[in-house]
Amino acid sequence: MFHWLEKNPFLFAVGVFIVIAFAGLIEIVPNFAEASRPVIGTKPYSTLELAGRQVYIKNSCNACHSQLIRPFKSETDRYGHYSLSGEYAYDRPFLWGSKRTGPDLHRVGNYRTTEWHENHMKDPKSIVPTTIMPGYPWMFTTNADIDTAYAEQLTVAQFFGVPYNKPVPMKDGSTTVVKMGKSIKEARELALEEAKKVAADMKDQDVKDAVARGEIPEIVALIAYLNSLK
Amino acid sequence: MENRPLEYDYTVAKMFMLTTIILGIVGMAIGVFIAFELAFPGLNTVFGEGLAEYTNFSRLRPLHTDAVAFGFTVSGIFATWFYVGQRVLKVSMAESKFLMFIGKLQFWLYVIGVAAVVVSLFMGYTTSKEYAEFEWPIDIAIVVVWVLWGVSIFGLIGIRREKSLYISIWYYIATFLGVAMLYLFNNMEVPTMLATSPAGESAIGDWMHSVSMYAGTNDALVQWWYGHNAVAFVFTVPIIAMIYYFLPKESGQAIYSYKLSLLSFWGLMFVYLWAGGHHLLFSTVPDWMQTMGSIFSVILILPSWGSAINMLLTMKGEWQQVAASPLIKFMVLASTFYMFSTLEGPIQAIKSVNAIAHFTDWIVGHVHDGTLGWVGFMIIAALYHMAPRVFKRELYSKSLMAAQFWIQTLGIVLYFTSMWIAGITQGMMWRAHDEFGNLAYSFIDTVDVLHPYYALRGTGGLLYLAGFFIFAYNIYKTWTSNKEVDAERLNASPMGA
Repeated sequence: MFHWLEKNPFLFAVGVFIVIAFAGLIEIVPNFAEASRPVIGTKPYSTLELAGRQVYIKNSCNACHSQLIRPFKSETDRYGHYSLSGEYAYDRPFLWGSKRTGPDLHRVGNYRTTEWHENHMKDPKSIVPTTIMPGYPWMFTTNADIDTAYAEQLTVAQFFGVPYNKPVPMKDGSTTVVKMGKSIKEARELALEEAKKVAADMKDQDVKDAVARGEIPEIVALIAYLNSLK
Repeated sequence: MENRPLEYDYTVAKMFMLTTIILGIVGMAIGVFIAFELAFPGLNTVFGEGLAEYTNFSRLRPLHTDAVAFGFTVSGIFATWFYVGQRVLKVSMAESKFLMFIGKLQFWLYVIGVAAVVVSLFMGYTTSKEYAEFEWPIDIAIVVVWVLWGVSIFGLIGIRREKSLYISIWYYIATFLGVAMLYLFNNMEVPTMLATSPAGESAIGDWMHSVSMYAGTNDALVQWWYGHNAVAFVFTVPIIAMIYYFLPKESGQAIYSYKLSLLSFWGLMFVYLWAGGHHLLFSTVPDWMQTMGSIFSVILILPSWGSAINMLLTMKGEWQQVAASPLIKFMVLASTFYMFSTLEGPIQAIKSVNAIAHFTDWIVGHVHDGTLGWVGFMIIAALYHMAPRVFKRELYSKSLMAAQFWIQTLGIVLYFTSMWIAGITQGMMWRAHDEFGNLAYSFIDTVDVLHPYYALRGTGGLLYLAGFFIFAYNIYKTWTSNKEVDAERLNASPMGA
């Protein structure tokens, strides 16, 4: 029945390709125009938040924590409003995760504080005695990579039109501007300014000293990111 | 000259057999370690606080998945291709210096790529996308390796003597094309060093870093179109290629039905790609796509079972071989696990079931009954069948092989049963409300309850790993044995006691 095709490797390969490419074409292409519009109130990540997001990715936090609240009562009770597509408009990559070994974090900024994260990241058992999450104490002594975060901001602004230094509409009808530095030096200054606000709520003296010296430990960036998840 | 039997050249096949075994041990050992980390979190710092950054669960998890998928499994795919390809096309690698060179080049680039992956993942370079964690320089290396494999496939086909392509070749071609398409599209990323600041600075920050071409929901859609089909074109399609060759060869039985193989092949190719949406049920991707993902997942039972039933019926009238040969046992249980896992998957893809199963360990269990039972067993069987023919030695020990079979089977059963219970328990606890309408359990309650199942799962993994060590030993002793076999056996592989 198909013997002729099995003697013709070229046509066979073309046939296979068409059959497997078909679904992708139908499902993925039409969605692209629609899905990536930000909802009101969603703003791009600041330099420090983005550096924190990179720390989150570097340590594969997404291996155990989701950022996707499904529209069930049990999930909205536990984590807050279910997730909306436009809230992810500036997420490159997306960090939905596929496994909840720990709780969802999509709106963790609404119900956890800087102090809570500080204690929890250093020693999770001090907050939740039976937790199976390991501690991440090295984040208090390793500095965040602000330059790479800045490079990422520049990239998304240049290639994907992410609105830095432009007014972004907020839920209360006002607008807000997320600043991005014009040079590496300015980017570092902006990040440090934000880092100082986070460090002011922290207790670890080494971290406070580091920030006072002009350094930004990974934990400060990570907390800035986690606090931005709302 | 024309009438002399062909001398096949297994140089490249042997190289990939070696990486199959080594990377199998590495990937599974990491898997067992991180499984026990979930049961006994103290293990996160067992190598000292200083090394904790590199030995904690989150840093090691991508290393485990990538080592078993792209190390063990892909090596196994290459090893069997460089064996099966020559034999069913009736042409030897020794006949073409070019193809031999390409094959060796592919191997060495692959080894370099693996080394780069291991180092970069340990250092924390990851794009975060599952099974596509590698940063852009490694992606480029992977594309080169893959293209070289394509040259091997179509080069060998180009000089073939047997004009009709055997079923296994269909599946190898599909593997090549499918992975190429998926990998390219999912890994579209912009290296951040390409950006320039308004002040004119360029190449800022880490040169390895990149951002995804897609954002948010689109990124998720492309990733799970990829992630699901990586399972299709790495864990299913090439493994079917193997069983279509090795089961008839080892048992001496003809494939039960050509029509069934046609139906399953084209059915699988068409249906599989649609099912990716089942990873995104109740997410923010459009509803129609979620429904399509669900429906096509259920339809997927047909082509999957088509292949599996074709394999089991190939043994019709020869079931005594299952009792007699541990090698046949591996393959028959592999196709049984394939049936099992392709029934379980569609069940989990039904929306109401998925509401409980998603994000839980039941999914992890499902992946592992497929990979340990189907993929692992089939690759092990393929290497066992190849070893006497490649090394021209009798297989070292039949009883060790049988012991390995039972130890690993027990390991798999412990693995998936514990994960079933863990997943459903946790899924039900997450959604439980008390009589006042408040959540009945805090999140940590649902973690505490999992401890025994995590311990059991680790034990199952450990048994599987122990069996894999027996396998490695058996192959090693076969390779280094001095009992040469002069004539190749057509079917049943020669085995020592």
